[in-house]
Amino acid sequence: MLELDTVTAGYDRRAPVFRGASLTVAPGESVGLLGPSGCGKSTLARVAALLHRPDAGRFVLDGTEVTAWRHRAPRELRTAVGVVFQQPRTAADPRLTLADLLVEPLRATGRRAEAAARLAELAPAVGLTPDLLGRRAHEVSDGQLQRACLGRALALRPRWLICDEMTAMLDASTTAALVAAVETYREETGAGLLAVGHDRVLLRRWCDRTVEWKDCLPAEEGP
Amino acid sequence: MTAENVLRALDAVSAGRAEDAVLSVRDLSVRFRLRGGRTVEAVSDADFDLGAGECLALVGESGCGKSVLASALLGLLPGNAETSGTALLADPDGAAQTDLIAADEKTLARTVRGRRVGLVPQSPAAHLTPVRTVRSQLEETVRALTGTSRRARRKAAEDAAERAAFPAGHLDRYPHELSGGLAQRAATALALIGDARLLLADEPTTGLDRDLVDRTVDELRRHADDGRALLLITHDLAAAARIADRVAVMYAGRIVEIAPAHRFFGPAGPRHPYARGLLDALPDRAFTPIPGMPPELSALPEGCAFAPRCPLATELCSNRPEFTANLACHHPEHPRA
Ligand code: SF4
Repeated sequence: MLELDTVTAGYDRRAPVFRGASLTVAPGESVGLLGPSGCGKSTLARVAALLHRPDAGRFVLDGTEVTAWRHRAPRELRTAVGVVFQQPRTAADPRLTLADLLVEPLRATGRRAEAAARLAELAPAVGLTPDLLGRRAHEVSDGQLQRACLGRALALRPRWLICDEMTAMLDASTTAALVAAVETYREETGAGLLAVGHDRVLLRRWCDRTVEWKDCLPAEEGP
Repeated sequence: MTAENVLRALDAVSAGRAEDAVLSVRDLSVRFRLRGGRTVEAVSDADFDLGAGECLALVGESGCGKSVLASALLGLLPGNAETSGTALLADPDGAAQTDLIAADEKTLARTVRGRRVGLVPQSPAAHLTPVRTVRSQLEETVRALTGTSRRARRKAAEDAAERAAFPAGHLDRYPHELSGGLAQRAATALALIGDARLLLADEPTTGLDRDLVDRTVDELRRHADDGRALLLITHDLAAAARIADRVAVMYAGRIVEIAPAHRFFGPAGPRHPYARGLLDALPDRAFTPIPGMPPELSALPEGCAFAPRCPLATELCSNRPEFTANLACHHPEHPRA
């Protein structure tokens, strides 16, 4: 279970981006968080991805409270969550080839030995062909780079996936292809999904249920 | 009438009174030579007209060449670009036309960009100068374009802001003090200062919420309704469906179909398999991606570039289909409506 309980977070304690937000995602469930930009839902995605520490409230992931970490959240929890952002260009190290990008998390966690085998699974799962794997960010399109960023998020087989506006820059066909890749992964692993975005039509089609971000707090909404 | 004559007649109609065209593009190609002898065929044989009061949406995947086409029309291509073909821009007085492809940089900078062609940019944040207020940027642009007196500059800047629905009360703000929507309107106001008859909007809604997308494109539509010609370059089919009169679909550097928007988005749908695939990928339709990925513009196949992904491909498709009657396909999906 991924549970955010009356969480307050932001970059300035006196003026948090949002206050008292509560949201749960059950194992294997997919939840779409809908709302306009600039309302703090990206910050909430960062909290859920263990990249931003909440100022108040509780964050419980698979039964472990992870509200009060100092510099970095504990590794075993961080590796349980994969995250994909809107802008692949700022999220990907331009010096790496797409192949290195895909298995970067394995290297970072000392599992270099598994990299080749995992790469062979990940590349076709996100639709990257061998000739693309040898290229760097500036040699591929936004859509191809975002495929690599999704592959990287899946590299450690996370139990949770956070997608923050993953497809906002992409055309309809690439969007549908990336969503299909996420859903195939979830079918295989039973991972839960929090998809954050502003495209109501897309998130309603994609997710089991959607939650509307109203007045800077998520409020439940029908499926 | 023979079938061919019928097609020609229909073509003439949908080409929209070519003599009234604000912009008339013929056989426009853009190539980039890379080191190692490779050539990127970014745009090939683009052919279309755009009339006053009309909005043409140019749609396709990122990297399909549509932004290069826009840059070519503005004379903003990098030095290693090789262009051919023509892009005739009508003169406001109806006298001579300017060929945007052949014109030299001096002509483009002095008489075209900002004056006769307004650009609504993809990223207003990058287009606005962060250290100056919106008012000062608008007035500076007025000065550069017209060199009028101080008073007249102030008035012209305020008029442009009003045309772009930018609130007068925010004119003295800096770009970082504006919301995404207002920054986009400020950039649009800049594009409107010269009262250009042709507006080029390059992905104007990327990263905006749906509400803001709707408002932004509705405002662009209003400028077309005021008699401007609007070329909307976008990957957002919903935005195109909202305001376009016609839709041009680009794939691997080529326009493969131009269709009236009501047919394209209506029950009949487009005729080109790629265009149909794009629509089928929408989440309120089949939500099924087109298999595979587009080819590299530096390694295009001999025949139809869509063939490896096309459900209807046959041997015939190893010959490239010509773009005639607004379509480039050997096996279009349904007879001409
Ligand atoms: S020409 Fe052939 S391969 Fe190309 S789109 Fe038409 S049917 Fe498909």
